[in-house]
Amino acid sequence: MFSGAEALMFSGAKAPGRSVTAMSVFSTPHPAPSGPIIDFDREASCLEIEGLTLAYGDKPALRDLTLRIPRHRVTAFIGPSGCGKSTLLRALNRLHDLNEEVRREGRIRLEGEDIHAPEVAVAELRRRVGMVFQAPNPFPMSIYDNVAFGLRLQGGIRKRQMDDIVEWALQSAALWEEVKDRLKSSAWALSGGQQQRLVIARTLAVRPEVLLLDEPASALDPISTLKIEELIRNLKSQLTLVLVTHNMQQAARVSDYTAFLQQGELVEYGSTDTLFTNPRLRRTENYITGRMA
Amino acid sequence: MSRRLPRARGEGPWPWLAAGSVALSLLMLGGLLALLAVRGLGHFWPAAVEQVALADGRLLAGQPVREERRFDGEGRERLYRTDNRDLDGGIWTWVAVEAIERVETPRELLVLERRRWGSFVGWLVAMEGVDGRHAGEAAWPALQARLAEIQALRRERDELRDRVVVPLVRRLEQEAGSRAELAEANARIRALQARMGGDTLVLESVDGRRLEQPLEEVLRAWRPNAMSPLDKLAAWGQGVWRFLAEDPRAANSAGGVWPAIFGTVLMVLLMSVVVTPFGVLAGIYLNEVAHQGPLTRMVRIGVRNLAGVPSIVYGVFGLGVFVYGIGGSLDEWFFAEALPSPTFGTGGLLWASLTLALLTLPVVIVATEEGLARVPDHQREGALALGATRMEMLTRVVLPMTMPAMLTGLILAVARAAGEVAPLMLVGVAKLAPQVPVDGDFPFLHLERKFMHLGYHIYDVAFHGGDVQAALPLVYATALLLVLVILVLNLTAIFLRHHLRARHGALPRH
Repeated sequence: MFSGAEALMFSGAKAPGRSVTAMSVFSTPHPAPSGPIIDFDREASCLEIEGLTLAYGDKPALRDLTLRIPRHRVTAFIGPSGCGKSTLLRALNRLHDLNEEVRREGRIRLEGEDIHAPEVAVAELRRRVGMVFQAPNPFPMSIYDNVAFGLRLQGGIRKRQMDDIVEWALQSAALWEEVKDRLKSSAWALSGGQQQRLVIARTLAVRPEVLLLDEPASALDPISTLKIEELIRNLKSQLTLVLVTHNMQQAARVSDYTAFLQQGELVEYGSTDTLFTNPRLRRTENYITGRMA
Repeated sequence: MSRRLPRARGEGPWPWLAAGSVALSLLMLGGLLALLAVRGLGHFWPAAVEQVALADGRLLAGQPVREERRFDGEGRERLYRTDNRDLDGGIWTWVAVEAIERVETPRELLVLERRRWGSFVGWLVAMEGVDGRHAGEAAWPALQARLAEIQALRRERDELRDRVVVPLVRRLEQEAGSRAELAEANARIRALQARMGGDTLVLESVDGRRLEQPLEEVLRAWRPNAMSPLDKLAAWGQGVWRFLAEDPRAANSAGGVWPAIFGTVLMVLLMSVVVTPFGVLAGIYLNEVAHQGPLTRMVRIGVRNLAGVPSIVYGVFGLGVFVYGIGGSLDEWFFAEALPSPTFGTGGLLWASLTLALLTLPVVIVATEEGLARVPDHQREGALALGATRMEMLTRVVLPMTMPAMLTGLILAVARAAGEVAPLMLVGVAKLAPQVPVDGDFPFLHLERKFMHLGYHIYDVAFHGGDVQAALPLVYATALLLVLVILVLNLTAIFLRHHLRARHGALPRH
């Protein structure tokens, strides 16, 4: 894996667009001004996290986090390994429920509703807040059955309608052209990049409002990575995306807002442009310029 | 000066030792199967019968079995199977090899397989048939023709008995019905029986002793020395078929093993039907549902240790709990009119299957648990993230992926259960139960009946027959059959597993 500085230099040399501005961070460090960290009051929020504290047994993972995730935008969580960014992501669709050791305080609201309220059906919540994992995890079934999996759980969808939704989902995930002739063949025969797009299609098929992406491209080759990134940019017209990544140039390329976490605490959160070009805090600057391990 | 690369050091003897162990294991396995096949299947080959003239003028006829050094070290002696138990009082004769003057294989030498006294070896002098006396060369074709008639009558009679008389008798035992039907069937059987009788064979052993043999007691007759290899092959095929398809005769020392095959397979299938759901559910509970605390760990260790409990212990448990406990209570509640003769309160198919299910339960639980543990967490999370409940995640993603592992568990269970004899002796296996537990009578599957089992049959034939030497080929043949039955059961499960793998994809190996 690249350190931050290497990644940025690499991106400066090769990647177009936003990452060129990220390059400037490297050459012109800014002093950290004081003031409010969150600066996007105009955006309508989709998820609101309020005082979230989470611990695995005795080990604290997140400490009193408060942030808003704006609707129809891409929000990236960055930070060093073990900073809690994946933990935060998994908290958003209550995947921690499986782990008996996890203890939580604080609230998460999806469109104003508390997701931990007793009347919330966790399966329904997860359908609204879809998730794509680091390693592609298609089920050992055909491509079609993978995409139809979530729909079949809901039931009451006719074959014709199902076909249409599967096609739409695969097209949304930019996979349709590659697999339309072999929908009945095993999903495990696809390449890693195709598998990851299939998993995205599978998640899109149940029409979630939020899509959580946990380092979705870290196991993929550069070309597949670019395809996934393009997909992420295109999808924000339909839903809200939350991205966890180790790759700073990726965060800079695809996200609108970026949150920097360190040791379970939110250090800085703001528009991606500002955070990468003009970070308020020295800790943030050190991290994105690679001066900190 | 350039430095030379150091020479690669060899790996030593380890790869060779490991490969040698594999080779030795395979060799022993192959040897075992070869021994069973040669000794077992060779029994059905109509071997040549030798007429031996000894130096002291004695004549004898029989099949050479083996040759050994004399126990006092002087020369060798040869064992002949001379049959004719009614004439000689035994069927074996040891002959000193140097005392043999002449060995011939006359084409006319006759072998008869009889209902009583075992086989006969000797000459056919004449046949006094219902249609007159056939002497000399005419006797053999007359014998063959009449024997074919009698065999057809015998089949007709057996069918009548199995299809009509036995069900009638069983119905009469339960309710007073019409005896007229039974009387009529019995009359028909007697008529058939009468048509079989009336012929007598005049036989003579090679040393000149006469014997009159009623033909209806003869099962088969052949002249092995006059048979072409093709004839022998056909006779061998028929012999193997009869072994597979017929009921045992003469206290299990002859005849076939069909009830034992049927009993073994049926018992194993019943056991599988019982053990699979229990084992799988228990495995799911331990791995997916239970809180992974010290108690679960203790239970898990307990289950693994249960797999090592000697099988006879399960037999004792089955006898005490299933047969006497549950079976006795069932008898009191539902079969009180039949008491004191027990219905379920004695060993039977059901109790044997349950005992073996208990015996193999740990195997299935452990295999299921291991299969579940191999399903990667990201597959579970993937299902949950799509809005699946835990139940849906289990049934739609996790269990299909675990299916091959469960089948592996079942294969191990079947292999263990089919070979168990000790517990069965306590809970329902019988020395002779020609009535298989499935027939046309309601409720068709008779779980309370005793049944025969190939493993127990081997034990019985080898140790409880009169003549171990004569029974040995049957022991080998039955053992081979037991191996084949287990093989077929396992192949079915393996085929199923392969089919499921092809459908669901193999799990990546970690």
